[in-house]
Amino acid sequence: MTLAVQHARLLFLETARVPIALGFNVAFPSVLMMFFVVPNGAIADDPRAATLATAQITVFAVMNACLLNFGVGVAEERARAWDPYLRTLPAGPLPRMAGRLMNGFAFVLLAVIPVALLAPLLTEATLPLSAAALALPVILFGCLPFLFGGFAIGFSMSIKGALPAAQAIMFPMAFAGGLFLPPETFPGWLDTASHALPTRAARELSVWAVTDGTALSQTAIAVLAGWTALTAVLAVWAYRRDEGRRFR
Amino acid sequence: MTPPLARLHNVSRSYGTALALDRVSLDIGPGAVLGLLGPNGAGKSTLINLVCGLRRPTRGEVELFGGSPQDPRRRRALGMTPQQTGLPETLRVREVIDFVSRHYPDPLPAADLLERFGLIGLEKRQTGSLSGGQQRRLAVGLAFLGRPDLVLLDEPTTGLDVSARRAVWEGIRSYIGSGGTILLTSHYMEEMEALSERIVVLKHGRVVADGTPQEVTEAASRRSISFQADEVPELEGVVGRERRGDRQVLYTEDTDALVRELVRSGAPFTGLDVHRPSLEEAFLEIEAEAVSDDDPAGDPTPEPAAGTAEVSR
Repeated sequence: MTLAVQHARLLFLETARVPIALGFNVAFPSVLMMFFVVPNGAIADDPRAATLATAQITVFAVMNACLLNFGVGVAEERARAWDPYLRTLPAGPLPRMAGRLMNGFAFVLLAVIPVALLAPLLTEATLPLSAAALALPVILFGCLPFLFGGFAIGFSMSIKGALPAAQAIMFPMAFAGGLFLPPETFPGWLDTASHALPTRAARELSVWAVTDGTALSQTAIAVLAGWTALTAVLAVWAYRRDEGRRFR
Repeated sequence: MTPPLARLHNVSRSYGTALALDRVSLDIGPGAVLGLLGPNGAGKSTLINLVCGLRRPTRGEVELFGGSPQDPRRRRALGMTPQQTGLPETLRVREVIDFVSRHYPDPLPAADLLERFGLIGLEKRQTGSLSGGQQRRLAVGLAFLGRPDLVLLDEPTTGLDVSARRAVWEGIRSYIGSGGTILLTSHYMEEMEALSERIVVLKHGRVVADGTPQEVTEAASRRSISFQADEVPELEGVVGRERRGDRQVLYTEDTDALVRELVRSGAPFTGLDVHRPSLEEAFLEIEAEAVSDDDPAGDPTPEPAAGTAEVSR
């Protein structure tokens, strides 16, 4: 456990000492909210719509950060000589993985807190403390498939492959999961199909967390758990077959 | 007999169709520097990566301290060094050392390491701000942090100036003095001769020579004498001869006897030179030989994969 904390600490320091990287990671969800929620009067002035939109955009930002940070970040680390060196130290993959998780969660926290503070100030969104306390674990749970998916991408691709792969997965998933446009505007078939996506499941859970009167969706929990298990298996598989850089 | 620290048994490793190691068997016993020599692409790094568990053999078995190198517990007494540019740039020297230390039950105190590798005063610097020589010394130093029984050093001094190289050698010697074992690769023959008690030469993924530096040198390269003369009398013990410009070169097993023969023959000569081959010449000899033996067309492409590989030399 202490080793995992050490790994997390170093990973965090590495990013934190590059100001632009730290700034971008922390500000990304807030910036998205400023662009897409705040200027749109129809949403920003309606408490329920503003809250929902903020929740959606936050879920997107966090997922995107997970997929990019872990996908591209891991691919980048593998391309450096430091990572194979770490693999020769007398520790299994777990401390490093756990360290990455802690580091990832630390950045998620840093990024989500400003949104929670800014949204009620700039829009009509309401976020009582109880809802905020509920939203955070929900968001962490919801980003797990993207976190493990990121690992799977990072351990199986080069940086040049990981970046487009992450984007190619993230944007369709985000759109079809109702993170850009509310699913109420979807055609019926898409609305139905989208319930199978982790993005939609995470959205449903966050909506449940931040608004009153929505029922907790058992389906969403099951879907998220399924995707988490699947991506975790993929991540472990990718890690085990990885031997560092690969050339043909 | 003490068991080997690491053992390769009939190990082959291929990347796609390219065969990097071809049925290599090697025991690394305790208490010496084993120098691994070979041209680029001979399989040196692959061998090191197999021993430390980064890669797995395609066929054959690799053992480290009596178990699989993939088992983290087996690597507790193993020291490795990140490659040249491998340090995390934004981290400070002391942070890197403390972090690696935590992986070992009984690490060297950081101060000892800093002193041994000439890094005192640099603790607070980010590794990216160190000079190439300082980075290299830190990277090599990390290999000794866990008080290892076996250290793998892949070209530890490439790109270092003379004094930085000596500093690394000092670190290596003090470790050997305390009973440690090192598997070393290097492109510097001088380094190999200075540090290694045993040399293994790899060529096209195969072990083509294995012995003390002297044995390897003598097996691969002939002694010779040379002098200026128009004609050379028939002398005993000459195994080959050639002419280089106005110099006559005579190859022999025993240069002392041949010189005596030459003087006794009364033939006129000037500018006598007795030539003892160096490891470098032996190496070039081995390199040239292996190419012509393996591949008469001189085609530099890697050998065919196992199965179609030719009979070993």
